[in-house]
Amino acid sequence: MTQAKHAPAPSAPLPTTVSVDDDPATSAGLRTRRIRRRVLLNVCRLALVVLALGSWEAGVNTKHIDPFFWGQPSGVYKQLKTWVTDGTAQGSLLEQILVTLQEAVYGFLIGVALGVVLGIALGRNRFLSDLLSPFIKIANSIPRIVLGALFSIAFGFGLTSKVVLAVVLVFFGVFFNAFQGTREVDRNLLSNARILGASRLQTVRHVVLPSAFTWILASLHISFGFALIGAVVGELLGADKGMGLLIRNAQNNFNPNGVLAGMVVIAVIALVAEGLITALEKRLLRWRPPQMGGDAGI
Amino acid sequence: MSTERTDNVIELEGVSKRFATPSGGIYTALRDLDFTVAAGEFCAVVGPTGCGKSTTLTLVSGLERPSTGTVRVDGREVTGVTPGVGFMFQNDAVFPWKSVLDNVAAGPRFRGADRRTANAAARDWLRRVGLAGFEDRYPHQLSGGMRKRVALAQSLINEPRVLLMDEPFSALDVQTRSIMADELLGLWEQTRPAVIFVTHDLEEAITLADKVIVLTAGPGRIKATFRIDLPRPRKAQEIRFTDEFVALYSEIWEALRSEVETAYARTTTEVSA
Repeated sequence: MTQAKHAPAPSAPLPTTVSVDDDPATSAGLRTRRIRRRVLLNVCRLALVVLALGSWEAGVNTKHIDPFFWGQPSGVYKQLKTWVTDGTAQGSLLEQILVTLQEAVYGFLIGVALGVVLGIALGRNRFLSDLLSPFIKIANSIPRIVLGALFSIAFGFGLTSKVVLAVVLVFFGVFFNAFQGTREVDRNLLSNARILGASRLQTVRHVVLPSAFTWILASLHISFGFALIGAVVGELLGADKGMGLLIRNAQNNFNPNGVLAGMVVIAVIALVAEGLITALEKRLLRWRPPQMGGDAGI
Repeated sequence: MSTERTDNVIELEGVSKRFATPSGGIYTALRDLDFTVAAGEFCAVVGPTGCGKSTTLTLVSGLERPSTGTVRVDGREVTGVTPGVGFMFQNDAVFPWKSVLDNVAAGPRFRGADRRTANAAARDWLRRVGLAGFEDRYPHQLSGGMRKRVALAQSLINEPRVLLMDEPFSALDVQTRSIMADELLGLWEQTRPAVIFVTHDLEEAITLADKVIVLTAGPGRIKATFRIDLPRPRKAQEIRFTDEFVALYSEIWEALRSEVETAYARTTTEVSA
């Protein structure tokens, strides 16, 4: 049996790979080394997670950690399972997720649009930026999350108050990046566009915007996280639906596993969004040389 | 005399340019500059570092206004960016986020041509500069010489009456530079714009130009003007060994040398001070 298995291997598949590749030994060796490294990395990562959650769980079982205050991984898992199968006290889990997601996405889109437009406008216009910069600095130094309390009074328990809070949180990061990106545009490129016949609007669209995009995209990674925080905090402060409310109800019932389970769900949403933004970034920044655009990830 | 004036595409009359320095002083880059470039004439401007060579180009292009005096292109005073003027910058000014094709098509697109017409013209120009087949590349995927050719096609596609070039090949290695000089001459013969070519390389200036203007150490003024009556078409690699070329070189270098020394002495005293 072993002989039958061995026989075709050296004759058929090996020569074809040899003929395709110029330098099969090194490139194949490189590839296996890279794969091996990736496998090792993921195994170690998994081990770290198991270690952290396992020692937590073990701490609870040996009565070193009080699950009444801190919860426990198995309890979080059970809670998630209950939410998925039986729904929550406020309706299905999916409904809560969609409510929070809607608030975060609206807040994100509006905040980004405002930040980009104002950032570029002020970056292009000296007078406007000199006029408004002290006010923007003051507004930025306010602990804006507190505004959530104000918004829930002013706009009620519905969608609006959360979206506005998310916008306020998202806006500044995007604004400062768009502003700086606009200021950093290569003067040569601006002159070149003017010489080639570009109008002011065409200059913004073909030179300023793509150039500032590197900066703007960098801010988007953090911004969606801020939008989610805005939505969830808004719900914590007062809502009739959403992940924030779910977390607050768990808190009111002294259910730490519920709070943690809510956090897990929000973290998953944030990670998915991060993946989408990274994909968008890769698509939009194709023009950059790989050493600049590529391996920046950690 | 008056008939000659109407022939001139570019006219500078008593032009001075002053800049405010960050320390609050005033820096005079150009003083009382007078010169003209005729239609289809290739004019090289040489001078030591910091003599205002590049400033001259920004004034003719309309990117900057002169402090005193007038600049005229096609008989009209320059008050802003003038249509019919092309500009090739010292550093790469091709748009890094646009493909080669979109870079070359940018000029016609900005001026209102539809995509199909602009792309067809761009393909034609890419073929002329020897970059057919590179339409979809991004600038970072090209060599320095290829990027220069993209920039050249980008300028020439607008069929400028005036082409301003600010040390366009200074970043290239010596071999590529002489190849680019030949290609530039070939393309220039096709559309024959009036050219002001700023360079610090006297050999390059004589190879390319009909007329070489030597500027003084800053503030820049005209020290001397030399006619280059070498026969065309010229080959950069061959012409520099002819007796006429060598004679012209030593004659112009004589005028240039004292200015270079002045400028050099100035920078060294500035450093030591």
